[in-house]
Amino acid sequence: MLHLILFLVFGAICVAGAINLLTQRHPIDSALSLVVVMASLAVEYLLLGAEFVAAVQVIVYAGAIMVLFVLVIMLLNAGVEERTKGSRIAVLLGVPGVVIAGVLVAWILLHRVNAAPVPIGAQPGDPRDIARILFHDFLLPFEITSVLIMIAILGAVVLASRPEAVVKRASAEASKAAPELVGAGKEH
Amino acid sequence: MVPLSYYLLLSGILFVCGVLGFLIKRNIITIFMSIELMLNGVNLSFVAFAAHWHALRGQIFVFFVMVVAAAEAAVGLAIIIAVYRTRETLNVDQVNLLKL
Amino acid sequence: MTIPAFIVISIIKSALVIFVLLTAVAYSVWLERKVSAHIQNRWGPTRVGPFGLLQPLADGFKFMFKEDLTQPHVYKPLYIAAPMIAVVLAITSISVVPFGNWLYIPEIHLGTWLGHTLTISEIETPLQITDINIGLLAILGITSMGVYGVALAGWSSNSKYSLLGGLRASAQMISYEVSLGISLIPILIKSGSFSLRDIVESQAHLHWNLWSTPYLYFPFGIIAFFTYLISAYAETNRTPFDLPEAESELVAGYHTEYSAMKFAMFFMAEYANMVTVACLATLLFFGGWMGPVFGPPILQMVLPLLWFGLKVFFFMFLYVWVRWTLPRFRYDQLMAFGWKFLLPLAVANVIFTALVVALRS
Repeated sequence: MLHLILFLVFGAICVAGAINLLTQRHPIDSALSLVVVMASLAVEYLLLGAEFVAAVQVIVYAGAIMVLFVLVIMLLNAGVEERTKGSRIAVLLGVPGVVIAGVLVAWILLHRVNAAPVPIGAQPGDPRDIARILFHDFLLPFEITSVLIMIAILGAVVLASRPEAVVKRASAEASKAAPELVGAGKEH
Repeated sequence: MVPLSYYLLLSGILFVCGVLGFLIKRNIITIFMSIELMLNGVNLSFVAFAAHWHALRGQIFVFFVMVVAAAEAAVGLAIIIAVYRTRETLNVDQVNLLKL
Repeated sequence: MTIPAFIVISIIKSALVIFVLLTAVAYSVWLERKVSAHIQNRWGPTRVGPFGLLQPLADGFKFMFKEDLTQPHVYKPLYIAAPMIAVVLAITSISVVPFGNWLYIPEIHLGTWLGHTLTISEIETPLQITDINIGLLAILGITSMGVYGVALAGWSSNSKYSLLGGLRASAQMISYEVSLGISLIPILIKSGSFSLRDIVESQAHLHWNLWSTPYLYFPFGIIAFFTYLISAYAETNRTPFDLPEAESELVAGYHTEYSAMKFAMFFMAEYANMVTVACLATLLFFGGWMGPVFGPPILQMVLPLLWFGLKVFFFMFLYVWVRWTLPRFRYDQLMAFGWKFLLPLAVANVIFTALVVALRS
């Protein structure tokens, strides 16, 4: 009973956050509602017994990836979204189509899938057991993901760094615009 | 006791919201966030099945999905910053020419 | 224990712990003012109460009655939410910190009333709000969510000093979060569990008569302790890493546009984070509540709390001492130190510890 109530409460928070992400016009509001979705998903994972996955969800997803999103939105000073003709057509056609597809999937799930009850904490995800499997059976994928992360870091640093020509042009313009300030610095 | 199909239904709703966001939003960053929402929905169904079939591998796979999502978010946001620097806009409708 | 008894005891424990934490936060402000004053060869607060002990009360009144300026150009929802996020997260992380051993109170008979006998059932509860077996991960998760308070405060204030301070502070926090987590891994390798109570109890293995062997005595423990402490100082934005909120640098960084109660909330969040860091340092490296325990059972339950309190007090004193002794890092020096020195050192410590533990067993 308590399990059902907790599931429904946090499921409702998840869905509310997801719909808020769609309806908000400013990207920072969408980002924060996504953080709410991830945090309530972490509680759902706890209900299913996956405690390590819940902790990793909070630390990695809500605490690092979404911080990255928020920082990029702050950096690029993203403004309110504008309504264009393309976006109106997309809303007009997209929302009914996707909702119909969603209702179809939901009907199949509720009628065809084996509706066996999943007790609270069904599959305990103790860090010890996860580590045992992760470092024995899944060692190769683990090492490959470490290489993947290194490639991602290198790629992000290269892609987001300013190209050299822009840096030189910016400093040249600055010294041309205020030569007396540049000279004054050298005099002192 | 919550039936398995309820968890899958919640996962499906999150995925559908992600797809909707991907289609109707015009800001690049919001589209990217809808992709993350889709990934989260899929993660939930992985953990639900892991609990249903008592297979810990479902949770291991969620771990890997999170790692890949982190790498993808880092590179994707770097690309968005690079696109913003050249095109001066974050509206996806205006980034529709290969050459400026 | 029955469910209603469990709920009542949990509520009592939570209320007590939060009350003690808020008092500790208020008095750590007093501690800072007194210690900084004596380091600078002056007196500090002496007028309000003996030794200025009622000064936090006066400060609280001041904050409550100050004018709450809310500029028209701020982004209202996030402007109001950011300090609340900071404070709530800072106070939540105390919920998995164990303060002492188990508390055992036998059944008490209250007599009879209308034919029913009233008893308070026996209470056997750990001195901790909850002992989850991923306690350390929970604290790391809450710390990593703490970046939101700072980032959103800086952005929603719509002012250049706040934005720069907020960006710098959040970049600093996420950089040092990595070395914070990695520096704790050798402790986990040695103790074999994420649960904070198990980590403290595994430090009691080799006990001499009075004292257990805290993890500080091992060589990996010393390196882990120093990397943890430095990363935690940077995480809580304290000197020598407090460039984002330094007064001479960026006006006041991310909390420039805040006044009265909201500023007090940021203040409280910073000190509550400091208390959490001090608690974690004593649990992981100094043996938690271990110490000489003697006497009747009631004293045996209270003495570990005393030792825990003394060790946490030492760490708060260390925080203030370091703040008023060392100069501030420049921002690029700060980031270079975090990524180029501290992170490789923490990773090397992990490899070294893993090798030693693997070769020994």
